[in-house]
Amino acid sequence: MAGEKKGLVLLDFWVSPFGQRCRIALAEKGIPYEYSEQELLGAKSDLLLRSNPVHKKIPVLLHDGRPVCESLVILNYLEEAFPDASPKLLPAGDAYARAQARFWAAYSDKVYEVGTRLWKLKGEPQAQARAEIVQVLRNLDGELGEKSFFGGEAFGFVDVALVPFVPWLPSYERYGEFSVEGIAPRLAAWARRCAQRESVAKSLHPPEKVDEFINLLKKTYGIE
Amino acid sequence: MAGAGANDLKVLGVWTSPFVIRVRIALNMKGLAYEYVEEDLGNKSALLLGSNPVHKSVPVLLHAGRAINESQIILQYIDEVWAGIGPAVLPSDPYERAVARFWAAYIDDKVRSAWLGMLFRCKNEEERAEAVARAGEALDTLEGAFRDCSEGGKKPFFGGDGIGFVDVVLGGYLGWFGAVGKIIGRRLIDPARTPLLAAWEDRFRAADVAKGVVPDDVDKVLAFLQTLLAISK
Repeated sequence: MAGEKKGLVLLDFWVSPFGQRCRIALAEKGIPYEYSEQELLGAKSDLLLRSNPVHKKIPVLLHDGRPVCESLVILNYLEEAFPDASPKLLPAGDAYARAQARFWAAYSDKVYEVGTRLWKLKGEPQAQARAEIVQVLRNLDGELGEKSFFGGEAFGFVDVALVPFVPWLPSYERYGEFSVEGIAPRLAAWARRCAQRESVAKSLHPPEKVDEFINLLKKTYGIE
Repeated sequence: MAGAGANDLKVLGVWTSPFVIRVRIALNMKGLAYEYVEEDLGNKSALLLGSNPVHKSVPVLLHAGRAINESQIILQYIDEVWAGIGPAVLPSDPYERAVARFWAAYIDDKVRSAWLGMLFRCKNEEERAEAVARAGEALDTLEGAFRDCSEGGKKPFFGGDGIGFVDVVLGGYLGWFGAVGKIIGRRLIDPARTPLLAAWEDRFRAADVAKGVVPDDVDKVLAFLQTLLAISK
């Protein structure tokens, strides 16, 4: 397209865990890009509406003007479009390991999906969400096992997909009346391990900020 | 298909499941023999529960005894393991792959939700009609997607000259679309509203790789719907 900006632009929103997945992957791989903070609670930009007309959501990665939407699609794209960038987040040449990584990365979406129900709902539906979030975190803890990271010794695809939800966990603990340390201690240790990585530390916001944001959303939706 | 064959492949499935059908289509594309095991969702096998403990759902692909779960992930696994055998399921260009994955995610979000609403979750005809309307909106969007992917309708499939990832993902739903069509008295993919998709549907149903796996006996599907509804109660 004539006049399209060369290089990478990430349309994103500061607290979005889905956007943070992309920021962390880009930082891990040392791929330069322009970060573009989007207005989501007010009027969305023309660029966002043109780039993601179907969902009108971030993150969107623009590569020489062409949009890639959906955070996990973006992660796969970065692996494939920048084959020389390292580290590889998906294990090369092991289709079974790659399938396992994709499965657990997709599963990590459940943390946010169920977590959102925790603070949005009351009564029986909230109780259901409480039971579910504990099961989800236990499943993740079980899959991690005694490994340092989900793929083994190296920080990879599943870790990138899951780690942005870590600052949301203290809020979920409060709404859900559970403790991650209690029900998923290995996952809690993994979270502390990941926080030491520069890409993660620079991309994530502290839990207090996330909790403030949840309160803002509750006010916006008229939830007590 | 009898016998796991030289590749030691087994598919655990339910014959009407859109997610199972798409896996079988991909195996057909690669010309791979596999053992098919029909699961009773009211009495799941130990093999299914052991292979997919997290979701306890079909399809499961067992390859040399190792389980791969989630249909879109299974499709990519098949494409990678048997790369260079038969046609590719996903295109090779990274951007085109991203576009295909985007539309597959869209289908399993919007079409899946409407499908559940039209058949399994509606408590009355009003709710069914609302889900049918949502399906129509998703199909309108997919008509535009097809136009983009097929160079304005010049190519026969979302994948271009041949069946690809998006075709297989959407094609898995066609058996159920036929059943809905009988219930509402018209084709769900309406040729007057989404002509490119309607022509695509005819083409896909007629494809060799779809034969025997995309159900075309609408009454049999509707009878099975009653079985599934009874299980979910």
